[in-house]
Amino acid sequence: MINSLFLISHSGDIFLEKHWKSVISRSVCDYFLEAKEKAGDPENVAPVLQTPHHYLISIYRGKLFFLSVTQTEVPPLFVIEFLHRVADTFQDYFGDCSEVVIKENTVTVYELLEEMLDNGFPLATESNVLKEMIRPPTILRSVVNTLTGGSNVGGTLPTGQLSNVPWRRAGVKYTNNEAYFDVIEEIDAILDKSGTTVFAEIQGVVEACVKLTGMPDLTLSFMNPRLLDDVSFHPCVRFKRWESERVLSFIPPDGNFRLMSYHVSSQNLVAIPVYVKQNISFLETGSCGRLDITIGPKQTMGKSVENLTVTIPMPKSVLSVNLTATQGTYTFDLTTKVVLWDVGKLNPQKLPNLRGSISIQTGSPKPEENPSINIGLQIQQLAISGLKVSRLDMYGEKYKPFKGVKYVTKAGKFQVRT
Amino acid sequence: METFWPLFFVCLGEIFELKAELNSDKKEKKKEAVKKVIASMTVGKDVSALFPDVVNCMQTDNLELKKLVYLYLMNYAKSQPDMAIMAVNTFVKDCEDPNPLIRALAVRTMGCIRVDKITEYLCEPLRKCLKDEDPYVRKTAAVCVAKLHDINAQLVEDQGFLDTLKDLISDSNPMVVANAVAALSEIAESHPNSNLLDLNPQTINKLLTALNECTEWGQIFILDCLANYTPRDDRESQSICERVTPRLSHANSAVVLSAVKVLMKFMEMLPKDLDYYGTLLKKLAPPLVTLLSAEPELQYVALRNINLIVQRRPEILKHEMKVFFVKYNDPIYVKLEKLDIMIRLASQANIAQVLAELKEYATEVDVDFVRKAVRAIGRCAIKVEQSAERCVSTLLDLIQTKVNYVVQEAIVVIKDIFRKYPNKYESVIATLCENLDSLDEPEARAAMIWIVGEYAERIDNADELLESFLEGFHDESTQVQLQLLTAIVKLFLKKPTETQELVQQVLSLATQDSDNPDLRDRGYIYWRLLSTDPVAAKEVVLAEKPLISEETDLIEPTLLEELICHIGTLASVYHKPPSAFVEGSRGVQHKRLPGSAGSGESVESPDTGSAAGVSDAPPAVIPSQGDLLGDLLNLDLTPPATTGPPPPATSGMQLGAMDLLGGGLDSLLGGDLGGSSAMGAGFGAPPAAPAASFSAPVSGGLDDLFDLGGGVGMPMGAYSPPKTVWLPAMKGKGLEISGTFARRAGVIQMEMTLTNKAMSVMTDFAIQFNRNSFGLAPAGPLQVLTPLSPNQSIEVTLPLNTVGPVMKMDPLNNLQVAVKNNIDVFYFSCQYPISMLFVEDGKMERQVFLATWKDISNDNEAQFQIKDCHLSSDAASNKLQGSNIFTIAKRTVDGQDMLYQSTKLSNGIWVLAELRVQTGNPTFTVCLKCRAPEVSQCVFQSYEAVLKN
Repeated sequence: MINSLFLISHSGDIFLEKHWKSVISRSVCDYFLEAKEKAGDPENVAPVLQTPHHYLISIYRGKLFFLSVTQTEVPPLFVIEFLHRVADTFQDYFGDCSEVVIKENTVTVYELLEEMLDNGFPLATESNVLKEMIRPPTILRSVVNTLTGGSNVGGTLPTGQLSNVPWRRAGVKYTNNEAYFDVIEEIDAILDKSGTTVFAEIQGVVEACVKLTGMPDLTLSFMNPRLLDDVSFHPCVRFKRWESERVLSFIPPDGNFRLMSYHVSSQNLVAIPVYVKQNISFLETGSCGRLDITIGPKQTMGKSVENLTVTIPMPKSVLSVNLTATQGTYTFDLTTKVVLWDVGKLNPQKLPNLRGSISIQTGSPKPEENPSINIGLQIQQLAISGLKVSRLDMYGEKYKPFKGVKYVTKAGKFQVRT
Repeated sequence: METFWPLFFVCLGEIFELKAELNSDKKEKKKEAVKKVIASMTVGKDVSALFPDVVNCMQTDNLELKKLVYLYLMNYAKSQPDMAIMAVNTFVKDCEDPNPLIRALAVRTMGCIRVDKITEYLCEPLRKCLKDEDPYVRKTAAVCVAKLHDINAQLVEDQGFLDTLKDLISDSNPMVVANAVAALSEIAESHPNSNLLDLNPQTINKLLTALNECTEWGQIFILDCLANYTPRDDRESQSICERVTPRLSHANSAVVLSAVKVLMKFMEMLPKDLDYYGTLLKKLAPPLVTLLSAEPELQYVALRNINLIVQRRPEILKHEMKVFFVKYNDPIYVKLEKLDIMIRLASQANIAQVLAELKEYATEVDVDFVRKAVRAIGRCAIKVEQSAERCVSTLLDLIQTKVNYVVQEAIVVIKDIFRKYPNKYESVIATLCENLDSLDEPEARAAMIWIVGEYAERIDNADELLESFLEGFHDESTQVQLQLLTAIVKLFLKKPTETQELVQQVLSLATQDSDNPDLRDRGYIYWRLLSTDPVAAKEVVLAEKPLISEETDLIEPTLLEELICHIGTLASVYHKPPSAFVEGSRGVQHKRLPGSAGSGESVESPDTGSAAGVSDAPPAVIPSQGDLLGDLLNLDLTPPATTGPPPPATSGMQLGAMDLLGGGLDSLLGGDLGGSSAMGAGFGAPPAAPAASFSAPVSGGLDDLFDLGGGVGMPMGAYSPPKTVWLPAMKGKGLEISGTFARRAGVIQMEMTLTNKAMSVMTDFAIQFNRNSFGLAPAGPLQVLTPLSPNQSIEVTLPLNTVGPVMKMDPLNNLQVAVKNNIDVFYFSCQYPISMLFVEDGKMERQVFLATWKDISNDNEAQFQIKDCHLSSDAASNKLQGSNIFTIAKRTVDGQDMLYQSTKLSNGIWVLAELRVQTGNPTFTVCLKCRAPEVSQCVFQSYEAVLKN
C-alpha cells in the first residue's frame, strides 16, 4: 500500500513529505526528478515509474506533483484516485491547492494526511467525515477558539464512519431546506478541416448542493433516462433501483457533492453548437502566413452561445501576428505562441471574424505542423444531450424543501483541425 | 536518525521557550506550544530535545492535543527508544478508554511506533481491540495487525493474531471485513505459500455482502481478493459476476477496474452460448470508455489495461475506436498508448477512419508521436491486408512532405510491407531511392540498403547506390555495416559480372578492417560460402524469406493470461509478470485464467479472440534488423561478446571460419595448439577472388634505395627484400608493423619494426601464424620485453622454423599472421620470398642432376624470362649462390651461357633450373623443372628478385 507521499513543486523542490510506514529517504525522488527533466513539460511526466526498489506513482495538480512511493504491488489506480482525493481535500479545506497554502497550513495538512491513511490504507477520505474530525481553518473559528478554548478537532466519533450511510452525518439541521442540482455537460469533439465531425461525445455530471435537515431520502427522475447508458454514481445512489426503474434513489451527503457522471458516447449523434470556417496557411517561401476564422451557430436549440473563446497554439517559428477581430479582443503570447481570441457572445446576425497576417522568423522553413483551433463556449439552460430532470421527491422527512435544476453546456476538449 | 527533513539546528533560546510553554498549566498555551513543536518538526528542525516535555502533554482529555502529541511520538520514538517507553502507560490506558475513538487512536498509533519495546506492550491491548464491541476499533485493530506483522512477523504468528484476523472476515460490519481482507492480503504478499486467504463459497458470500456496503477503498480490497478465487462451476461464476457488475458504475475508477478484473477472469468459465455471457460483454464496454474521460493519469493506467483487454477480447471495444482518437492536448504518454490501441482495434471496417487519423497525427508537433504514427500506418498495412494499398499510398504522400524524420520512418515501415506482400509494391522503389541522401538514421539507412539489396535486379544502378554507402563504411553503425555487407553479397549473386570488385571491397572491409566480431564473422562466412560453393551461397543468401504476419508486439498468450489476472495492478501497467519486478522473497504466484466450463479441456474457443489466441501458434513477429539478417543466413552467428574459446561447431563451413580466427586466437591466448590443428580439417581451398586483397605489395624498383645495408655489406648473403608495411596503424589500433624475411646463417628470420602510433603504452605482445604451405612457425616467443611507449619503435627479430602445421596457401608463399597486444588481436597477411626456404645443402651431384632432369616429365617444366638484367653469367651465378641456388654445370653454346642449377626447399622439394644468358642481351631465360610444379612460380620470383638486387 501507499508508503510515503512527497509534495514537489513544479520546479522540482520537495517541500513536504509524509511517511505512513518506515521512512523512505527523499533521494528516491531523484528518479522522478530525472523523468521530469526528460519529459520537459510537467504534464508529460509518466504517472507510473519504476525504480530498483520502489514504485513511484504521481499526479500533477495545480502546478504541484503529488508523488507517492510504494514498495509492494498495489493497484496504481487506487493510488492515483487517492492522490486526487488528497488534492481535492486540500482544495476543500484551504480554498486552494498550492505550495504557498500548503506551507502555511502544514500542521493541518499533517493532521489530515494522518487521518486519511493508516498504514497505507485509506481511513477517512469523505470530506464530511474529515470535517467532523478536523475543522477547516477559518479566521472566524480561530478567533472563537481562542476565546472559548475550543478545539479544531472533533471530540466524538464521526457518526458517518461506521453507519450504513458513511457519507452523511447525523443530526443535520437547517432553517432553509434546499436541494439544487446542476446538470453540466461538456462536449468533447474533434472536427476536421472541412468541419466534419471526426469524433464527438458528451461528458455530463450532475452536481448537487443539498442542505436538508435530518435523514432525507430523495428520488430524482428523468424525462429521458434511456439516454444514459454509461453512468458512474456517487456511492449513495441505490444501483438496484436505477437498474430496475431508471431513477436515482439516494440519501444525500450534506452539502456539495457529485451525484452522478455520465457519458453520451459517440455512437449517438452529438449536436455540435457552432461551426468554424477557418483558413490558416503559410507561404511556401516562409516568413509569412494568413489566418482567417469565422464562427457561426449550428445546433444551439434556440439558445445563445456565450463566453466564446478561440485558442490557437501557433508553431514555434511564428514571430508575431497582425490580426483584426470584428468582435471581442485577441492576444498573442510571445513565449507560448498562443493566440487567444475572446469573442464573448455569439451574434447570429453578425458573425465574428478574425483575420490578418502571421509573420514567421526569417530563414525558418514553412512550419511542418498544422495548428489546431480550440473552442471554448457556454450555453445556459441547455443540456445538449437533451437530458431533462422530470421531478424530485423526498421521503423520510416532513418539511417541504426548495428545489431547483440548472442546465449548462460547455465546450470540453473541443478541437478543430486545420 | 530518521526524521522528516534534513536537520536544521534550532537555537537553544527557542527550545527553552517552547519547554516553558509545554510545561505551562494553561491548556491552551500547552496546545499552542505542541503545535509550534510540530510545525518546527515538519520543516525539518530538530526538536527531539523536547521529547519528555511533549510526552508529558499526552495525558489529556483534549483529543486534538493528544493527536498532536501522537504525531510527534511517531516521528521521534525511533530515535529516542528509551524515552518512548514513557508513553507506553498512557497508550495502554487509552486502549481502555470509554471513547472508542480514543481506543482506536491509541492502538493505531502504537502500531506506527516501530520500537521493539513498545511493540511488546502492544500485544495485549491489540488482542482486546480486535474483539472490541465497537466496529470502528475492530477495523483499526485489523490494520494494526498488518503493521505489527511488518515490524515483527514471528510475533504476530506466535500470538495467534492471524487467526483472529481471519475470523474478522466473517464480521458483521462491512468495513471491518474490508480492512481484515486488506490486512490479510498485505500479509499474504510476504508469505506466498501460506493459505491465509482461504476462500470458500461461505467466505465469498460474506465478501460479496460486504462489497455492497463498504467504502470505495474497501470495495477495491474485496474485489482484488475475490479475483483470486476460482469458482467451482459456471453457475457460481455467473452469480459472482452478477453481484460484481453494479461496481462498474462506481465513480471511483479503481473500483471499476478491479471489478473489470474479476469479470474478465470469471467470464472464462462461462459457456459462450449463454445469453448472460453476451450481456456481460456488452456491459464491459461503457465503463472502460468512461475511464478515458478521467484525469490523464487515470487514463494512462486505464489505457495500459485496455491494451491487454483488447488483446484478450477484442470484441468488447471493437465499436469504440473513436474514443481512442488522440486529442491535441493529451499528454504524450496518453497519446502513445491510444495509438497502440487504435492499431489493435484496426480492422477492415474502420481502417479508412484510422488511416485518416494517423495521417493527421503525422503532421503533429511532437516528433516521437509523429514517428509512432508513421509506424502505425505500416502496422495497419501488415495487419489489414485490404488496406495495404491505401497505407502505401499514404506513406508515399508522407514521403513527399520531405520532413526528414517522417521520410525515414516511412522507409523503415515500407521495408516491412515489402516483406509482407512480396512482388506487389516494388514500383515505389524509385520514389524511395530519391530520398537516399536525406537518410541519416541507422535504422532508415539499413532499411533502404536492405531494399536495394533485396531488389537489386530491379534497380539499374543498385551497384552505384550501394557503392555510395560503402565510402564511409567505417563510420556507419554496425546495423548498417551488416546490412550493407549482406546487400552487396546479394547484389553480387544477382549480377556477378559487374560487381566483383564491389564484393571484394566489402569483404575486405568487413573481415580485415573491422574490429566488430559480428561483422568479421559474417564477412568470413560469406567469403567462404562464395569461394567454396557459389550455388550454395545463392541458396542460402537468396533463400525465400518467411512472410511476416500480424503485429509486431502482441503479448505472448500465456503472459497475456497471467496479466489479465493482474488487471489494475502494477504488472498490468508494466506489461510484465509480477515475478519480473516484484522484489526478492515477495510472493510471486503465477496466476492463470480458469478453464472454460462444461468441457474437460482447459482452453476452448467458441469466440474468435480469446482462447483461439492461446491454442494457436504464437504469431510470427517482425524481427529486428539484426535478427532479420540472421534469418537470411539461417546461421547462428556467434554472440558478439564471446571472450572464451568458441564452442565446438559442427558445420564444416563454420569450422573454417573458426580456424582462421578462433583457433588462432585460442593458441594466442594460451589455449592448446593441438585443438586448433584438429579443427583445421574443415579448412578447404583458400578463396580465389577475394584473396587478391591479401597480397602484400611486391618489392619494386624502390627497393635499392632502402636496401643499403644488404646491398653493400653482404653481397654474397641471401637476398632479403626491404621492409614493407604489413599492418597499418589505422587497422592495428595504433600499432604499425612493417617487416621482412631473411635467411641468415641458415636460420629463417622474420624481421619486424613495431611502431606505437597510439596514445597509450602497448605491452604483452604475442604472435601466431596460421597454417601455411611450408609449415613456417615461430621458433620462439616474440621478444618484446619492454612496453612500447607512444611514438616508440622497436626492431624485433623472430626466428622461424618449418615444423609447424602445413596447409597449402594461395599464393603459395602467403602467410597469415595474428599479433596480439594488450589492446586487441590484429590479423594481417604477408608474403615471404621463397628463397628463404632454400637450404644450404641444395647442391645436387651432377649425375643425380642429369638423371633427375630427365626423370621429371616435360609437363612439369616451366619457362620464364627475366628482363633488363645486366649481369654476366658468372656474376649471376655468384649472386644466386648467396641465396642457396647452386650452379652445378655451365656450358656455352653459340655465345649463350647455359647454367644448370639446383636448389632444395626446406621441405625437401628439389628444383632444377637451366638459366640461359646471352651476352649483350639483358633478357635471361629460366627453365624450371620440379616434381611439385606449383612452386615454380615462386621460385622464379625469387630468381628475379635475387638477380635484380
